Amino acid sequence: MCLAIPGKVISLNDNGTGQVDYLGSQVLANFSLLPDIKVGDWVIVHAGFAISRLDQKEARRTLKLFQELEKQS
Amino acid sequence: MSPPATIHLPFSNWRTKETADRLLKAIEAETRNLPTPLKLMEVCGTHTMTLHRSGLKPRLRQVGIDMISGPGCPVCITPDYYHEAIIDLLVGRGDILVCTFGDMTRVPTRKGSLQTVVPAPGSRLKIVYSPEEAVAEAHNQPEKQVIFFGAGFETTIPGITFTVKKAAEEKLKNYCLLTAFWLIPPALKAIIEGGELAINGFIYPGHVSAIIGEKPYALVAETYHLPGAIAGFEPADILLGILSVVKQIRSGQPLVANEYRRVVKPEGNVEAQAIMERYLIKTAADWRGLGPIPDSGLKLRPEYSSFDAVRRFSLKLGSGSSARKTACRCGEVLKGLIAPTDCPLFGRQCRPDSPQGPCMVSYEGACLIEYKFSGVKSYD
Ligand code: SF4
Repeated sequence: MCLAIPGKVISLNDNGTGQVDYLGSQVLANFSLLPDIKVGDWVIVHAGFAISRLDQKEARRTLKLFQELEKQS
Repeated sequence: MSPPATIHLPFSNWRTKETADRLLKAIEAETRNLPTPLKLMEVCGTHTMTLHRSGLKPRLRQVGIDMISGPGCPVCITPDYYHEAIIDLLVGRGDILVCTFGDMTRVPTRKGSLQTVVPAPGSRLKIVYSPEEAVAEAHNQPEKQVIFFGAGFETTIPGITFTVKKAAEEKLKNYCLLTAFWLIPPALKAIIEGGELAINGFIYPGHVSAIIGEKPYALVAETYHLPGAIAGFEPADILLGILSVVKQIRSGQPLVANEYRRVVKPEGNVEAQAIMERYLIKTAADWRGLGPIPDSGLKLRPEYSSFDAVRRFSLKLGSGSSARKTACRCGEVLKGLIAPTDCPLFGRQCRPDSPQGPCMVSYEGACLIEYKFSGVKSYD
């Protein structure tokens, strides 16, 4: 039930729902819990509701941390 | 559910073996100076899944870390009497439509499971992916009483609760919820205070945290001086969480680390919290295995009790029901006291096609995960 991977918002409807793309397959999600969502955002969807927007800056920061670990070893 | 290897995300190499190896090495550099094995509890069933699927569990054991599954499976911790109350309604009335998530339907009880029971003519069961589908059914079938039966943690609760907002706006008189809503922080407190298991630290659930944020775990660090880290669901995410926890153990400074910042904001999802606050109120809840825990559940506020199935149908949850007489040891599995393989029924009478308890039913259940990924086919 916990879909761990993020999907990309590809369209938004007037009623607070929209389509989220998972590598080609799309699901309808409700965005009422993420009111300031935009097309192009990456989101985590859980049981039909988008619960969090992915912060790409933070994602890159963790990636950098891994690269630094690599240098150390 | 597992995505293809060629995933084009800005963090795609988090799946690589090299990253995992580097992190394991870093963890070992810390545990080398500590008394091992360290017992860390992964609270979330989806973490349990990642640990098994990626083969990390035995590798972590080699570096002194024993990962123990916690109570993080809402289907597993919901007592049988919820299902039995729903079964009674389906059998006893001819105007009921029960909507629920798929894995709820296979939980075995004294009265059978939602899937095996034969509803009265006119009543039926529908498996849904989103609780919104249940509201749509209520809208389209005014002659039916539509009940959404949902078990969930903080991750799922806001979405289910949103349907009450929607049903109220649409003035639907035939929609209600049977809520089995469970809160993670009070359960952690109960596990620690129960003292049956000496846990050295916690890996906190990523998506529960996306809703509640960092603060509700502060009690674990401050009152009980136990370290913890919020982690995501890639193997590298979990390892990063474990690395943080072992560093906290070494420094003697427990805190609530957030190693999943790309998804979990320190304050959580404020909008979701507001919906919960507006419609729900804390209540004591009875967890399978853990027993009753004060303030560990949520129910509809009195103003919204017309959407509460317990009130609408005068359900008597828990009273007069005695648990099934069975050798199933789900309760101990959920507390982390035994591994699924310690249960005498595991892989024998209890298998995914003949589950004897909810831990073998749910995708987040420790027994099903162990069975699927340990290569155990049969003991016969
Ligand atoms: S293996 Fe089956 S019977 Fe044993 S604890 Fe798990 S679910 Fe219960």
